[in-house]
Amino acid sequence: MNIAHKSTFVLSSRHLLGIEGLSHADIVGLLDLAEEFVELNRQVEKKTASLRGRTLINMFFEASTRTQASFELAGKRLGADVMNMSVSSSSIRKGETLIDTAVTLNAMHPDIIVMRHHASGAVELLSQKVDCSVINAGDGQHEHPTQALLDALTIRRNKGAIENLTVAICGDILHSRVARSNIILLNTLGARVRVVAPSTLLPLGIERFGVEVTRDMREGLRGADIVMMLRLQRERMNGSFVPSTQEYFAYFGLDQKKLAFAKPDALVMHPGPMNRGVEIDSIVADGAQSLIREQVEMGVAVRMAVLEALSRNLPNA
Amino acid sequence: MLSDRRPILLTNARIVDPSRDLDFPGDLLIADGTIREAKRGIGAAGVPEGTEVVDCRGRVVAPGLIDMRAFVGEPGAEHRETIASASQAAAAGGVTTIVCQPDTTPAIDDPTMVDFVQRRARDTGIVHVHPMAALTKGLAGEEMTEIGLLKAAGAVAFTDGLKSVTNAQVMRRALIYASDFDVLIVHHTEDPALVGEGVMNEGEFAARLGLIGVPKAAETIMLERDVRLVALTGGRYHAASVTCADSLDVLRRAKDAGLTVTASASINHLTLNENDVGSYRTFYKMEPPLRAEDDREALVEALASGLIDVVMSDHNPQDVEVKRLPFAEAAAGAVGIETMLPAGLRLVHNGEIKLIKLLHAMSTKPAELLGLPGGTLRPGAPADVVVVDLDEPWILDRDNLKSKCRNTPFDEARMQGRAVRTIVAGRTVYEYV
Repeated sequence: MNIAHKSTFVLSSRHLLGIEGLSHADIVGLLDLAEEFVELNRQVEKKTASLRGRTLINMFFEASTRTQASFELAGKRLGADVMNMSVSSSSIRKGETLIDTAVTLNAMHPDIIVMRHHASGAVELLSQKVDCSVINAGDGQHEHPTQALLDALTIRRNKGAIENLTVAICGDILHSRVARSNIILLNTLGARVRVVAPSTLLPLGIERFGVEVTRDMREGLRGADIVMMLRLQRERMNGSFVPSTQEYFAYFGLDQKKLAFAKPDALVMHPGPMNRGVEIDSIVADGAQSLIREQVEMGVAVRMAVLEALSRNLPNA
Repeated sequence: MLSDRRPILLTNARIVDPSRDLDFPGDLLIADGTIREAKRGIGAAGVPEGTEVVDCRGRVVAPGLIDMRAFVGEPGAEHRETIASASQAAAAGGVTTIVCQPDTTPAIDDPTMVDFVQRRARDTGIVHVHPMAALTKGLAGEEMTEIGLLKAAGAVAFTDGLKSVTNAQVMRRALIYASDFDVLIVHHTEDPALVGEGVMNEGEFAARLGLIGVPKAAETIMLERDVRLVALTGGRYHAASVTCADSLDVLRRAKDAGLTVTASASINHLTLNENDVGSYRTFYKMEPPLRAEDDREALVEALASGLIDVVMSDHNPQDVEVKRLPFAEAAAGAVGIETMLPAGLRLVHNGEIKLIKLLHAMSTKPAELLGLPGGTLRPGAPADVVVVDLDEPWILDRDNLKSKCRNTPFDEARMQGRAVRTIVAGRTVYEYV
């Protein structure tokens, strides 16, 4: 079944490397297009043919369950042939063969490559070496654009608009590509963004990102419409950046007490996978204010929108 | 060799001799590998028979440059650079003396290694090459090398290359022991723990790129420690590469206190800043990293005031395989021996520094610190001379570089001025045609 799209949005660039560089209109265009796929994904027949004949390669240099599955489903539902390559960082000697791999894959004429890599800038590097479109599925600590887009879609569907909302992003800002992409996107759409973290997990110069910075959860959550929690990597928990998971949870873990400082109708988000009892309490994660499962649903729709919008730009489209 | 050792008369030149603070129109006569005289109106009549007379048409004649910090791959990394290729690059850049670094494989930490480099230089090089020797055995930062024997073998200074000696006790003893032999210790001042996994200057720009930053304090803390050790020991100490205004404060206080502390800045840090990294351009990945523009400006000012003593190339050839990687995984360093002079002339043309000052920091001062005979146009000095066209406009094409590697941050850069003739020990080893 080929549904007639209402949106005719086309992404002006060949690649999606980050939220940085997208205009207000680009973001809104992608979100509007994604809305149509949300509807499609809720039907029994979820397939369209707009990417029929196209080849999509998922290249993940870092383990991922939801993002990879989400892109795979998105590609398949649009009718593309999807190939998954999981390249564990142990089997490939660092980034050494990244360019070689790219050149090899390029020779197979893929139309779109989706890549995740542990090094910031690696996806951009790949994009310079291939002829197809490249989508950033997370590069190091730099950007994760489709996550920010799915977060925005989730917020917009629940709050009606993003403009003038107060969004508190809490946790490991320093190492988070999700935080970077979200800060840029939310600022572009006119939200007020706060970041809340212990100083060891804040990058130097963060105040110049157009955010309010606080080290106190109560202060950061006061009056917030959206509370966005970030994952704290295990290797950063024990003494290197924070003293212990107990102390981190006491000051920065989202529990009902801290959430009570936000607006009564505040909503809670998390990009997953969650560390329950470290950055978020189970009761909050599974509670009525949580949007975490909806985020996953929106993930597929947003990735379909990105694939669709980029494919309208491909040669012979 | 492009020519034999006939006497050479450079006429109609602008003689610039930073060792005597001279800048005047005149002629320079070279014979038997030494400078005979530099004065107004020697004229073709007053020279020995067979003299090659070169009309400089107003171009600058200055002492050949001495590059105090260049990595040459011999031994162990000949795929990156050899003494032969480095010396070709040097000659094309007006550099008549290369001071190569000991962080080779194996390290130059033994008199036989010094001897090896000297023999390779004699057999394959077209400019002078002097090695610095390792300060500690195997560059491990634990036991000092045979400083006396290495000096006797020909090592011109002592350094652990790109490694910092983190153990303050080791550094203190090395400084004291070295002072008995009156040798210069050159130290890379970066606290490795503070550098951590950092790959570019810490700050907003690194945060936006998602790259881990190197704080300036990694440099200043180590420099401050060293200065305090010098106060304790009295050795001759040289900071290998200062990059930020905070380090300049440390340096100023040390000099004001009368300590024998000097410092170099690399041509990269004097002419580029962190914004040049742009979208993860690995050719701008340096060690220490390129800093912010206000730090660069402070460095140039410090060079003009004499607070910074030496400008060096920090020549570090890296091949494509280690540069075409994601930024954090790519090797640091840039080739620079061939572009040090033209890049430095940018500062002169911008009015940021006087020509004689720049040339002083690239020739006279390093000669003085290392105890080398060059860096001057004084009669009797070795005839290591460069003729510089200050105005020749050209665009750098990295494929034309003589170095084995092409990792220049100045590819496609517009340049104004270059070396047009390089003379080493009275022989012309390079001519720009």
